[in-house]
Amino acid sequence: MTQTRPTNEIAPLAEAAPRKRRIAIVASKGTLDQAYPPMILASTAVSLGWEAGIYFTFYGLDILHAERFDKLKVASLANPAGPIQLPNLLGAIPGATAAATKVMKKWMTDARMPSIPEFIDMTQELGVRFFACATTMGVMGVEESDLIPGADIAGAAAFLDYAADADVSLFV
Amino acid sequence: MSTTPETPLDSTREASDLDCTGLLCPLPVYKAALVLAKLEPGSHLRLITTDPGALQDIPAMARQRGDTLVSVEDLDGRQTFLIQKGNQL
Repeated sequence: MTQTRPTNEIAPLAEAAPRKRRIAIVASKGTLDQAYPPMILASTAVSLGWEAGIYFTFYGLDILHAERFDKLKVASLANPAGPIQLPNLLGAIPGATAAATKVMKKWMTDARMPSIPEFIDMTQELGVRFFACATTMGVMGVEESDLIPGADIAGAAAFLDYAADADVSLFV
Repeated sequence: MSTTPETPLDSTREASDLDCTGLLCPLPVYKAALVLAKLEPGSHLRLITTDPGALQDIPAMARQRGDTLVSVEDLDGRQTFLIQKGNQL
């Protein structure tokens, strides 16, 4: 005969382990100026004791590209807030993008801000999780060997699975 | 470094020091977290900043990390924070 135990005899559940806060960021842009915000937010989040993950997709995948991540540029065209204020007609001339990039790099150096490769090192050492968008790799012909080490190749489902447990989710 | 905050805690005489003069976000928080990671809970960090965001950022950092902000001194754009490390997750 089966006996049902009164509920008050059931051992209480163990207290849930405290969960760390988490931020999930999509980095979709591959210009130097747009590479900074995800790195700044992720490095700050882990410094606060949070977990942080960045999903690098479309042009943002260049931030993980071993031959491109130290050559990101600032657009001189259609960028009215850029370091060099040029009419679009002049922003298209050869050298304008290089000049805008040079100015921003000088700003960063003068302000003692880390470069993007330095931010990559800082965030990886702190355990920020990097996701490389598998579809971007397929569409743009990027191989795993083209990427800096330490990124997980993943699709949208894997990122959403990570982001579903995030307290903050941002698209950059 | 000439600034020494007046604090009510004797134990702060043994505080670790971190000078982030001239550094902007995220570096003061990043560097403070690296130092705090090496300290025992209950130990103190004296952090000096000139980042205009620090008066908001450092209290937020302490709150998020579970540390205690013991004192703040703001003198001519130069801030001195005394932080006591809490018991982190």
